[in-house]
Amino acid sequence: MNLLKPFALWKGIAGAAVAVGILALAAPPSRAGDVSAGMGILKNSCVSCHNLTGPAPTTLKALWARKGPDLFYAGNEFRKSWLISWLQKPVRVRPAGEFYADHIKPGPVHDVVDESTLKPHMALSKEDAVKVADALMTLRAHSDLIAREHVAPGTISKTMGKMVFGKFLGCIACHRIAPDYGGLSGPELYTAGSRLQPAFMASYIRSPQAWDPKIWMPNKHVNDARIQQLVHYLQSMKGGNQP
Amino acid sequence: MKFLKNVLLLAAGLCLMFGSAKGAMAASAKDNYRTYCAQCHGMQGNGQGINVRDMDVQPRNHTDAVYMGSRSDHDLLTADKKGGLAINKSVLMPPWGDTLNDQELHAMVQYLRKLCHCQEGKQ
Ligand code: HEC
Ligand code: HEC
Ligand code: HEC
Repeated sequence: MNLLKPFALWKGIAGAAVAVGILALAAPPSRAGDVSAGMGILKNSCVSCHNLTGPAPTTLKALWARKGPDLFYAGNEFRKSWLISWLQKPVRVRPAGEFYADHIKPGPVHDVVDESTLKPHMALSKEDAVKVADALMTLRAHSDLIAREHVAPGTISKTMGKMVFGKFLGCIACHRIAPDYGGLSGPELYTAGSRLQPAFMASYIRSPQAWDPKIWMPNKHVNDARIQQLVHYLQSMKGGNQP
Repeated sequence: MKFLKNVLLLAAGLCLMFGSAKGAMAASAKDNYRTYCAQCHGMQGNGQGINVRDMDVQPRNHTDAVYMGSRSDHDLLTADKKGGLAINKSVLMPPWGDTLNDQELHAMVQYLRKLCHCQEGKQ
């Protein structure tokens, strides 16, 4: 393991340099004091469940032991406005929690989510939520993957989007596209448009394993044109009830 | 000293390249099934996972000896690796070739045979 250290350090420095570069270009200004205060909160209250430094699990044992989603690429994944509001009023994103297989039980017809094992997420004050969101937006591992994506502006009709997501590609098996429609083992996507950055969605769909090698979302080898359609569809999903 | 450092760096680089390749560590088929298949095929392999309610085509019951016995090992391997479409079945059965390595995929076929208590061509 010690052999890895110099290399990892070197990678870390390179990553940080890229992160700083991208941050300077893209992110709205956030005060340096807020970022470090936010980091303080993350380190005190959040590291017990969230990985803030990477890498993602590379064994099933580590995957099963993960208590909350990895946040070390949060700045490439989330919209800051979503983070600020969700951290104050967290609503469930993964219907079966993390790790899903620890939160299910056999039901009368099929397996069901064992609600008794799922706890509500801690909530932050508005002030702390802003600081934490500022800090999370600086965590930008895998910026190289983001740089490869180009989501052209565009729209797709709800009907066509739903068809691509469901009938053509079978994404509906694991993801909900309305509060009571779709699968349960993946995060709900009916708020994807307000939660996620478009380039992240494109990159994750292209290769979930590039982000999270052991994740239970398969690589379906979705082609570029379909990825564009999917992202346009998901961008339009900002909550609400229509499937 | 500098030479030694370079050798170490190179070794570390190689470790990183091969250590993170998916060929490196094979998990048991039972653990892979729990992680990747149970979400649709069920904790008991009976085709009744948490995801099934809204699926147009239901996941196969892997404990059904009659059906599973009618499928060849080759069919099962192709379905697991390349997905339902590769054997003219539903797109809802995903491809796992980027998640499991060949050794794990072959072990998975053997595990499916255990679940159904059946062999290729026999029930
Ligand atoms: C007891 C473990 C635990 C602690 C402590 C915890 N979290 Fe979480 N967190 C979770 C789990 C589990 C989820 C997934 C919730 C869901 O999907 O509904 C989550 C989800 C999140 C998400 C959404 C991520 C995503 O991918 O959807 C953010 C952001 C987050 N947590 C931030 C924080 C912050 C900031 C703190 C500290 C102030 C914190 N969490 C403390 C367990 C925890
Ligand atoms: C077998 C189940 C499964 C299938 C099929 C599946 N996904 Fe996923 N998906 C997941 C899981 C699991 C995650 C990651 C959960 C996590 O990070 O905790 C995920 C994550 C995502 C994310 C990122 C969500 C977030 O909050 O960060 C997007 C976008 C996504 N999937 C889109 C798709 C699309 C589009 C398809 C079809 C091409 C698809 N998924 C098929 C299980 C699945
Ligand atoms: C997203 C849901 C989903 C996941 C996850 C899933 N399957 Fe399936 N699987 C299906 C569906 C649906 C079918 C039925 C396809 C049909 O009959 O058209 C199926 C069918 C099969 C079949 C039968 C193929 C045949 O010859 O008829 C096998 C074998 C199989 N799955 C193995 C697996 C294995 C192994 C895993 C885990 C590595 C897995 N599946 C994960 C949905 C899923």
